[in-house]
Amino acid sequence: MKLLQKAGMTLFIVASTLLISVLFLNRYKLTDAALSKAITDSTERKMVAMDLAPMMGKTYDFNVSFNGDIDKHLQSSNKKITSKFEITDQDIGNVLSQFSGQEIRYSTEKISDIFDDSEEGQFKAQKLKDYTSWMHEKEYADKAGLQEHLENTKSSINANIVNDKGYSDYKIKALKLALTRQSGFGPVSENSLLWLLLTIGLGVVGALMYIFPKLELLPGIKNDHVYHSPNSGRGWVGYIIGFLLIGFYVILYWYPEYMTTWMELVDPISMALNGNEASQWFFYGFLYTLAIGVMGIRMIIKYRHSKYQMIRTYSVIFFQIAFAFLIPEILIRLNRPSMDLKNIWPLNYTFFFDYNIENLTHSGSLGLGMLVWGIVLALIGVPVITYFYGKRWYCSWVCGCGGLAETLGDPYRQLSDKSLKAWKIERWMIHSVLVFVVVMTFGVLYTYFTGSSEIAGINTYNLRTVYGFVIGAAFAGVVGVGFYPFMGSRVWCRFGCPLAAYLGLVQRFKSRFRITTNGGQCISCGNCSTYCEMGIDVRWYAQRGQNIVRSSCVGCGICSSVCPRGVLKLENKDPKDRFGEAILIGNDSVKMNA
Amino acid sequence: MKHVVIIGNGIAGITAARHIRKNSDFDITVISAESEHFWSRTALMYIYMGHMKYEHTKPYEDWFWKKNRINLVRDFVKSIDTAAHRLTLDQNEPLTYDVLILATGSQPNKFGWPGQDLKGVSGMVSLQDLKRIEEHTQNIERGVIVGGGLIGIELAEMLNSRNIPVSFLVREAEFWDNVLPHQEAAMISRHIRRHHIDLRLKTELKEILADNHGRVRAVVTGDGEEIACQFVGLTAGVHPNIKLVKESPVETNRGILVNEFLETNIPDIYAIGDCAEHKNPLPGRAPVEQVWYTGRMMGETVAQTICGNKTAYQPGPWFNSAKFFDIEYQTYGRVWSKLKEHEDEFYWEHESGEMAMHFVFDKPSKTFLGINTFGIRLRHEHFDKWLKTEVSIDYVMEHLKEANFDPEFFKPHEDDIIQAYKARYPDAKVNVKRKKVLGIF
Ligand SMILES: Cc1cc2nc3c(=O)[nH]c(=O)nc-3n(C[C@H](O)[C@H](O)[C@H](O)COP(=O)(O)OP(=O)(O)OC[C@H]3O[C@@H](n4cnc5c(N)ncnc54)[C@H](O)[C@@H]3O)c2cc1C
Ligand code: SF4
Ligand code: SF4
Repeated sequence: MKLLQKAGMTLFIVASTLLISVLFLNRYKLTDAALSKAITDSTERKMVAMDLAPMMGKTYDFNVSFNGDIDKHLQSSNKKITSKFEITDQDIGNVLSQFSGQEIRYSTEKISDIFDDSEEGQFKAQKLKDYTSWMHEKEYADKAGLQEHLENTKSSINANIVNDKGYSDYKIKALKLALTRQSGFGPVSENSLLWLLLTIGLGVVGALMYIFPKLELLPGIKNDHVYHSPNSGRGWVGYIIGFLLIGFYVILYWYPEYMTTWMELVDPISMALNGNEASQWFFYGFLYTLAIGVMGIRMIIKYRHSKYQMIRTYSVIFFQIAFAFLIPEILIRLNRPSMDLKNIWPLNYTFFFDYNIENLTHSGSLGLGMLVWGIVLALIGVPVITYFYGKRWYCSWVCGCGGLAETLGDPYRQLSDKSLKAWKIERWMIHSVLVFVVVMTFGVLYTYFTGSSEIAGINTYNLRTVYGFVIGAAFAGVVGVGFYPFMGSRVWCRFGCPLAAYLGLVQRFKSRFRITTNGGQCISCGNCSTYCEMGIDVRWYAQRGQNIVRSSCVGCGICSSVCPRGVLKLENKDPKDRFGEAILIGNDSVKMNA
Repeated sequence: MKHVVIIGNGIAGITAARHIRKNSDFDITVISAESEHFWSRTALMYIYMGHMKYEHTKPYEDWFWKKNRINLVRDFVKSIDTAAHRLTLDQNEPLTYDVLILATGSQPNKFGWPGQDLKGVSGMVSLQDLKRIEEHTQNIERGVIVGGGLIGIELAEMLNSRNIPVSFLVREAEFWDNVLPHQEAAMISRHIRRHHIDLRLKTELKEILADNHGRVRAVVTGDGEEIACQFVGLTAGVHPNIKLVKESPVETNRGILVNEFLETNIPDIYAIGDCAEHKNPLPGRAPVEQVWYTGRMMGETVAQTICGNKTAYQPGPWFNSAKFFDIEYQTYGRVWSKLKEHEDEFYWEHESGEMAMHFVFDKPSKTFLGINTFGIRLRHEHFDKWLKTEVSIDYVMEHLKEANFDPEFFKPHEDDIIQAYKARYPDAKVNVKRKKVLGIF
């Protein structure tokens, strides 16, 4: 390693450590100003102010203790509220006493009489009426039967009181984030631009100092020491990076209140772009785009002997910067619905969610245009373009997940599992996700159009919550990126992405795309299989002279690049002969269907 | 059930085993001393350079053998009793066979140089060699490679990847110019030097010197120069591995002698791959051809014969490929290092000096005979057909574009090549159809 590279690496490590330390630099103090910025609704604000009064003006050194206190106070308020509004055994007794003897016919009309006019009385009466509306006019053989139903009703009402009157779990999370975001003060808040430069800025400089000297090497395949490296060879560095990435995603998706200082870092950029303070998603998008940019430069330098790789990398960088990052931000600034125009359903699984449809249909012709664009792209664009070029047009040229895999993930691409077993698991998993997302989308649309939240006994809201948690966050984020150093760069694309499954079906059954093998030239060296990020055993086909037509191939072209004998070529040609016979040219003694 | 025993689990032996399995229900046993499973020798360099690990070089997963009922025995065969159809093994009980296939591969040449068996000297053929090279190139200051062929240049690239300075002793006037025409040989020599290899042309090894511990300390070249080094790679070619057969009645010369059916002089014993020597080589072919492809094709062919479909070994037009550091090389047909009588050539080299095409054709008839291509990939299928149907050089030029196999977006060079060809042969009939602009004009 050269001196410049060593300096770059040191700088990068220092900057990364600083970036993590920054999370511990700020202190936190709840003030009126913070409250009014964090909570727009004035009644809510008043209530929170009252409940959090003990915290006012108190300075916390740590984010954790600040959030711990918020949690403590809001939960204790929840307890008070519950005890005030909860339906008691006595209430149930009162209801029961309205009915007597055998052959009882229950009626909700009797309920109002039992409760007084106080706030809690009204609340209880209303809830009981609502919750027992299905029992109205129902006949019971005796009191015991009615009592059982009422007891059950009681517990469901009581369990839900905080959702109406207090703080639901969801609300507590949101409040924690908003309050922490507004209560932080300290060096980072005072000079976020400086800290941005010191952390992410220096990190980028360090990375580039490490990358650029590679221009001095002669162009050509540069995989020396990939398996010797503790990073790319599944060694200790890889493990550290993997665990850091996993930790990052867990915080991002489930505990964003602990990364508010990072949001402050990018406030100046967010303000400039969309006029708002940065959210955790802005920070993530910013970092993501930088990663694709910087590692994209690395990719271009590494493969500068291959025009295919260079153009493809320019493309993913462009789509990330323009479509995923800038355009949505600018749309926000223009007060228009923000959308990543290249994020296609079903990867963009929220596209057909009620709020998105509402949002788009209520945003004038631009919104409608986006709705039409999204539908046309998913239903016509995908099959047509994939017919002509294979799924690569999306997966390794346009997609954001693919873009990260092809740049940040490139050092890890060889870690994908090539075994037949992995292929079997892959097919089961990815197609199950596709079925899941289709069912969920139909359910959500059904609910949207009919207003009924149940379909075949399944609650469509639960369906989408489960999908969002398991597939959208845990799989796509935590596993998808966090597992780069363990299972290669395309874990998500290979095992989880429903759009990849859909594109893959088209590619497998109706497309001009294939990878052609060159006669009998394969020497079974294994470079192609090893460097296939999708875990395709390319050699299996190449050494028997068979075209590679696989639904999972993202057309990255790396197999063709690393092949030392020029055996593989990605081609779009007449679909008729694409499967071809497995023929090895060269032996005239026997016609060889290897 | 007939028991087919194969000695050697390289490409030749394994291909034979796979094809016998496809075409028969015979019992199949493959014995090999080097490794448990078939691995790709051609990828040896990539293990050393860290592109791959050993397990990535195995072309079939480990379950493959059991599933296909190919019985693998890791052992060394000590002798063959051809009368009793029996093999004695080093570790296991003796084994009897009905049919025996010898696929014992080759071994590095050593020409009796003084010091050739010192510690720190190694050939580069087997996994054991790889291990030795790994061991003896730790923290060293210089390595010397003796012999400028395909394996030598791979070893040079390997040491280079570890930043070990390399002196590369090549007997010829340019690298590999006993096979490559001088233009290409010069080009590759230049490229080797661009990678900072100390390439010593017209230089032979005289002796290897030892230090007090019996380890390599230096080599002495033919003109008496001493080069200090701690590792010496001997890559001056390979020879068929016939040690095992030498003591048996199986007839040998340089290799194990076989007829066109790959049969040796002893019934039910065949020889294929690197170890075989053809008694009556086909026209234009060498009696011993030690490349991956011929090993594979002999394996395919012998399987037919053993399974009852007696088939003569009939390789099609010659082809081969290699990679010299960053320059890929493919060849189809015959391009000899020196033009034969009646042959004419057309050589094109790109201004970068790292891409070239060399066409050879019959002067009187203009029949295309062969091509070397560097840095531009070509389609095997097209050249195989063109060589078999004996098309003219003009035809090849006219259709050169169709034969391009470079990845998409690569800059095409065919127009330059054809132009240069036309300039050189003004009365050549090459009508290249212009690509229609937008399919209209
Ligand atoms: C480093 C290197 C790179 C190469 N690159 C290329 C290339 O790019 N292209 C190309 O076409 N060719 C290449 N070759 C040549 C090619 O690898 C050989 O031609 C091919 O491997 C020969 O295969 P084979 O099956 O005949 O023998 P081998 O692969 O040599 O297999 C023979 C096996 O038999 C075993 N054996 C021998 N005797 C006994 C015994 N008595 N008992 C038990 N086992 C025994 C040996 O241990 C060995 O494992 C390369 C060779 C080397 C060494
Ligand atoms: S088969 Fe080749 S092009 Fe397809 S994903 Fe694998 S490496 Fe990329
Ligand atoms: S196709 Fe190329 S990279 Fe793959 S095994 Fe064959 S020679 Fe090696």
